[in-house]
Amino acid sequence: MRTPPGRLVRVAALLSIAALGASACGSRTGDTATGPGASCVDTSGDTVKIGFLNSLSGTMAISEKTVNDSLNLAAEQINAKGGVNGKKLQIVTEDGASEPTVFAEKANKLISSDCVAAVFGGWTSSSRKAMLPVFEGANALLFYPVQYEGLESSPNIFYTGATTNQQIVPALDYLKEKGVKSLFLVGSDYVFPRTANKIINAYAEANGIEVKGEEYAPLGHTDFATIVNKVKGAGAGAVFNTLNGDSNVAFFKEYKNAGLTADAMPVVSVSIAEEEVGGVGVDNLVGQLTAWNYYQTVDSPVNKAFVEAFKAKYGTDRVTSDPMEASYTSLFLWAAMVDKAKSFAPDDVKKAAGGTAHDAPEGKVTVNGENHHIAKTALIGKVGADGLIHTEWSSPQPIEPDPFLKGYPWAAGLSS
Amino acid sequence: MEALFGQLFAGLSLGSVLLLAALGLALTFGQMGVINMAHGEFMMAGAYTAFVVQGVIADAGIALVVSIPLGFGIGGLLGLLLELTLIHRMYNRPLDTLLVTWGVALILQQVARDVFGAPNVDVRSPSWLSGSVDLGVAEVPASRLFILVLSVVAVGGLALVLTKTPLGRRIRGVVQNRDLAETAGISTRGTDRLTFFIGSGLAGIAGVALTLLGSTGPTLGTNYIVDAFLVVVAGGIGQIKGTVIAAFGLGILQAAFEYSTTASIAKVAVFAVVVVFLQIRPQGIFSIRTRSLA
Repeated sequence: MRTPPGRLVRVAALLSIAALGASACGSRTGDTATGPGASCVDTSGDTVKIGFLNSLSGTMAISEKTVNDSLNLAAEQINAKGGVNGKKLQIVTEDGASEPTVFAEKANKLISSDCVAAVFGGWTSSSRKAMLPVFEGANALLFYPVQYEGLESSPNIFYTGATTNQQIVPALDYLKEKGVKSLFLVGSDYVFPRTANKIINAYAEANGIEVKGEEYAPLGHTDFATIVNKVKGAGAGAVFNTLNGDSNVAFFKEYKNAGLTADAMPVVSVSIAEEEVGGVGVDNLVGQLTAWNYYQTVDSPVNKAFVEAFKAKYGTDRVTSDPMEASYTSLFLWAAMVDKAKSFAPDDVKKAAGGTAHDAPEGKVTVNGENHHIAKTALIGKVGADGLIHTEWSSPQPIEPDPFLKGYPWAAGLSS
Repeated sequence: MEALFGQLFAGLSLGSVLLLAALGLALTFGQMGVINMAHGEFMMAGAYTAFVVQGVIADAGIALVVSIPLGFGIGGLLGLLLELTLIHRMYNRPLDTLLVTWGVALILQQVARDVFGAPNVDVRSPSWLSGSVDLGVAEVPASRLFILVLSVVAVGGLALVLTKTPLGRRIRGVVQNRDLAETAGISTRGTDRLTFFIGSGLAGIAGVALTLLGSTGPTLGTNYIVDAFLVVVAGGIGQIKGTVIAAFGLGILQAAFEYSTTASIAKVAVFAVVVVFLQIRPQGIFSIRTRSLA
């Protein structure tokens, strides 16, 4: 999810580079297997290389650095327990620099010159879409840790964040259950909010909920007086917020100043996690709702251990959030798949993937072998005065991933 | 009816924000002809001043009152430093100034990132500025009313300085004819430095005010710099009253377009209006009559 569209032309150019790289790699190791599917992963020693590809510079660094931190924690813990399939993990870190084309280049470098067994990272949808052809071309593995707009399923990508039916749809179910009869949609003007709102509109129509307005603000928009005026005038039961980044601060300040409250008209946000609460200001957010699959406050021994280990490594003032947990979990899931397959080869790992389960901080997650997403429990949370998010409602069991919303009759017209 | 007045106020408020952001530029760009891309970062410095002051003074209300003059000082000092070290060397090279100050802007953003961290920081609003005020015809957010008043005070203060004080006379003299002013015994260097100090200081005040409305982060300034230049250009170089009219005009226009269409379309429409306007009147709303060649 998050931030602007990719550059298809450059991606196409990178495709050819990727193909070149893959074949060069095959020949250098003298592997007997041929073609672009050949892997040059070196499994002869007692270590195996994996790649972490996050933006450590540029606008996305704020968010992606936290994901990189939790990936490093996971690797440290796995190594302390003896590694994966008897081999210690050796980490190669690359900076995606908040640029989709750089993500594609670095992914190619990790696969073909570092010969890593799997790559973990990516955040924006545009970075994922730029990397997708690289991973498919080289038949390598990417673990992508962020909730996104769905409508994708690559055999070479494992999606450990939520797809729409594990975040947006449960949030709507929750609002419906609470008796909300009308919605106002506010979002940033790019692919994720527009796709999300299409789904919300279809859901609303099928469930007798009235959508009283739909407003988009350009990314980086800082003046929400007019949009909040429209929200106020429309008098909807709740606001569904898919704004991104700085806009959230301006929106919530305006919302509060206009006299709108969480009691009278709650705002459900899908991109405000623990990391963002501080920047928006706890005062402006108290009582508002969020939809995720993990909160720092999740009450389980696994999560307690995760939060404690994270704070011990990075400082007690740090918080843990959904994308951080999803990336932390992704490394354990990959390790479980490799252990099950007894092999690091992508094809073997993919075969072993289906049904692989792990006790994650968010609860039990299971990999879906068909669409490579994972079954997760949906959690609706409420921002507390302590700046943390507390679970208000949770789905009775983990929700099977359905990236194309095939199991929802009302969504029939969406994926076409 | 309530919506109409609400929208009218939203426009005025947006105009006052634009005015605060552009007022300093009207001096440094409008009067001195310096294209200072780091102007937005002086606003950012003002916003962080408000953040730091809140760390020292717990009461958000007192902190805000203290932050405004302090923000002026910090912004002004940064501007003075920039003028002394770099800008005065390139008064006749506008393109170079643009590139150099842009570089300075990037450096200042990174400094902010290193000092305060990349995520946004939270500047709390005083209790007397959260919530709304009933003006009879519409309920308006108190913080926006405060910024509206602040911008009017800032413009009034600046106008007073420019028209009634010896410093103001010197500034106007240097703008209208630098050589003649120098011949008359005015230190143009000293005047330049003071003008730049005041202009940058106003950016600092704008930054403090903006913490009431939006996010406080390293890139705060970049959100406003283009709009600020737009206001100064549309208003006419060298005329404060042009800047005032352009700021409120564009604010009301943006709010009206945004209400009837969408935020994205409104942005495009406002740009289009300014482009067409500048085709018809390239000198902006007001132009200064001058005998200097600059």
